[in-house]
Amino acid sequence: MPEELNIRVNERLSAVAADRDTPLLYVLTNELGLQGPRFGCGLAQCGSCSVLLDGVEIRSCITPIAAVEGKSVTTLEGLPALYARQRGLANPPALHPLQRAMIDEQAPQCGYCYNGMIIKGSELLASNARPSEREIRDAMNGHLCRCGSYPRIMKAIQLASRIMAEERR
Amino acid sequence: MTTARFGLSRRDLLKGGALIVGFNVAGPLTFPNSLAPQAAAATPDPELLDSWIAVRADNTATVFMGKVELGQGTTTGMLQIAAEELDLAMSQVSAARVDTNVTPNQGPAVASLSIMDNGPQLRAAAAEARQALLRLAADKFGAPVDRLKVRDGVVTVEGDPGRAVSYGELVGNRQFNLKMTGKAPQKPVAEYRLVTTRVARVDIPDKVSGKYVYMQHVRVPGMLHGRIVRPRGQGAYGDGARVAGIDAGSIADIAGARVVRKGDFVGVVAEREWDAVRAAEKLKVTWDVPPRLPAPGKLFEAMRASRTADSVVVETGDVRAGLAQSAHVTAATYYGPYQSHAPFAPSCALADVGADGALVMCSTQFPHGVRNMLAQTLGLAADQVQVRYYEGAGVFGRACHDDCAIAAAIMSQAVGRPVRVQFMRWDELGWDNYGPPHLADVRAGVDAAGNIMAFEYDGWHHGWNTAETSQELALGGPVQPPVSGRARLVNKETLSAVYAMPNVRLINHHVPGLDGYLKGGNLRSPMDLSISFASEQTIDELAHAVRMDPVSFRRRNITDPRWRGVLDAVAQAAGWTPRFADAAPSGARVVTGRGVALGTHIVSYGAAVADIEVDRESGEIRVVHLYGALDAGLVVNPALVENQIEGMLIQATSRALIEEVRFTQTNVTSLDWKTYPVLRFADHPAVTPIVVQQLNERSTGAGEEVMGAAVGAIANAFFNATGARMREYPMTPERVRAVLRA
Repeated sequence: MPEELNIRVNERLSAVAADRDTPLLYVLTNELGLQGPRFGCGLAQCGSCSVLLDGVEIRSCITPIAAVEGKSVTTLEGLPALYARQRGLANPPALHPLQRAMIDEQAPQCGYCYNGMIIKGSELLASNARPSEREIRDAMNGHLCRCGSYPRIMKAIQLASRIMAEERR
Repeated sequence: MTTARFGLSRRDLLKGGALIVGFNVAGPLTFPNSLAPQAAAATPDPELLDSWIAVRADNTATVFMGKVELGQGTTTGMLQIAAEELDLAMSQVSAARVDTNVTPNQGPAVASLSIMDNGPQLRAAAAEARQALLRLAADKFGAPVDRLKVRDGVVTVEGDPGRAVSYGELVGNRQFNLKMTGKAPQKPVAEYRLVTTRVARVDIPDKVSGKYVYMQHVRVPGMLHGRIVRPRGQGAYGDGARVAGIDAGSIADIAGARVVRKGDFVGVVAEREWDAVRAAEKLKVTWDVPPRLPAPGKLFEAMRASRTADSVVVETGDVRAGLAQSAHVTAATYYGPYQSHAPFAPSCALADVGADGALVMCSTQFPHGVRNMLAQTLGLAADQVQVRYYEGAGVFGRACHDDCAIAAAIMSQAVGRPVRVQFMRWDELGWDNYGPPHLADVRAGVDAAGNIMAFEYDGWHHGWNTAETSQELALGGPVQPPVSGRARLVNKETLSAVYAMPNVRLINHHVPGLDGYLKGGNLRSPMDLSISFASEQTIDELAHAVRMDPVSFRRRNITDPRWRGVLDAVAQAAGWTPRFADAAPSGARVVTGRGVALGTHIVSYGAAVADIEVDRESGEIRVVHLYGALDAGLVVNPALVENQIEGMLIQATSRALIEEVRFTQTNVTSLDWKTYPVLRFADHPAVTPIVVQQLNERSTGAGEEVMGAAVGAIANAFFNATGARMREYPMTPERVRAVLRA
């Protein structure tokens, strides 16, 4: 039976009505109307539905809503604000540096996997400011792209790393 | 009972303006339920200028094109063409959402034809609009048209800088009311300032910010969530999936979940999406699915033994005599598998079906095509069905998007409410219209000087059909045997138009697709991978037989300067060093190799070079670097084509090394990313795209033509690395180990 649960998404506390075993993804998309996380496989195999839970990338398609109570969920929409908090910026930028780098590299084709690519890439850059090519390949390996834009995502993560280093100065 | 709120017409769009959905509109779209129900509107007439272009009072233009964005950048390229002819800036043009009642029918977005066939249509319309606008300005100024100049939609009179009028002032928000004449002068290529430049894609900013509205994001008030219920994995095409029994009680504990059935079509609907997902999983249905697919490992035997319809595709000279005159003859059999479109996201659609009309939102590649299928399935006339396009994940051919649209419509009609259907991962992979398998016997001969003397190719495949599963299940009746004009032909462009060969014979063996095979569909570069895999290894074997460098050998046998040009371009970019392509004798466990190949789809000229490593113990192939060159005539936007080439090289690597649809005699077992693995991030090669710009040639396709060459180049690199030939792909570690042991 649906019950009322309070979840914190992009720093806003929301009351939602859902069965406790409902995957977080369906609540984010249908109750909160978010467009970042999106269905890809429902099996935690592709990374389409990725969000950050207390800063760590998880698959919202298999995470029951009950498991995120008392924790902080960040979606693609909340990434610029999270970045601002992580960097102590007074105002969040319009886009996370990795989002800007994806535009600069003209990386996406269909772009559907880019929610997961950006969430995972931003998690990597938050913990490793200058990832090597090997480290990027390993970190991103759980995220599929069917259009074949892996090389541009690689370049964009490297570019974002440089942008973030510039902004640190 | 809700009323279907269909019938958004072009007039509403011109009046409202705000309903025009460009690619930069922020936020989720809302359903246009402010519109009163009305009679269905007709598809815009392509003979009328207003069907193509609308000028707004703010001096911008909306372009109505019938071709859909699939992530390939077509919208950007088409807008460049329109802005160029109209003398507008890119920021002044936007595209209307493709909709059967709003945009003209330009046919399906397939075969990489959008820029080639529909670019000229749009260019002609934009030129007509510009001419009409100049006439209006000439009247206003009392000056002849040839003294007028336009920049960014502002018309001025030469030598009279004080006088200026904008397009918006001339016709803003009003119709042209003109017929297309086909006679408006078009800008010469030398004067292009937008076309041929690297304009940034218009859809990318919203795609990375999360504002882009994919089909999967569309919601309407009052809708239900639906899921289809089918056996996990299709069986033999034509057998369908017959319902022997449904136990509706099996989902009684999911409040509000309902079963929808029409013939053998089964679905569930529920208020909440998770309930629909759970109900589809839980519903007990007994299916009658006969085990009619080939037993494991017997697919190609079955194809060869089938009662084929044979046709001669090309016959020039005398192949038998040519082979007799050859100093060296090579003969081998090649195999290519079933492969899946496997879009990153499963199909999604939302339908609102009423008694006398339907609005169906979906990710179709052909809005007018699916409209007819929807009308048939729903028992409506075609003009009572409105199809509106929203992009989904890249599909690369006829995946399940139309199947899903029909499923949503069937369910909406049954329950009298809008229904949003999203396929599950196993639905999409298990019920795809797969790229068909291919079997080829190739014989070829070369004289001692290195001239190809004869080339003979016998190809077997079952082609594909154009019916959709939901429609077939719902309506029953006999299915159409898989046929298609092109699908029945081996690719004569790649097989007989690349090299100058005096004696050529191409035979197509059309396998009857109802005799126990999977459902076939057009998958990116249909048949080209299998064909280039076979033919370009054959060419390499001929080069090897006469101890020639593979690039020099190809160049020697090419007379067409464009084939030579694209070969030279890729060889130069890769730093190709002429060499005899024998395997370097090496005792090392990991050996390296380099290969080259050519190929195309229908038009354009593709070439690739591959650098690979082979682990001779594990059998793993690592593609290290791929170079891909493409001559697609006049390239409207080289940056778009570079992105396409890169994507082709990566996807071709995946298909060459990994992808294969698995099945038992009863059903497909490739149902998720573990059972249908694709190339992953860690394993992707470096890529170098090369665009061969041809300003004086017409624009031709640029989304498929390097795929075959890339697969051929990887196979030839394998020979260079190991001295052995792979005759079957995907080139899995298991197959590599078997070949190296032999």
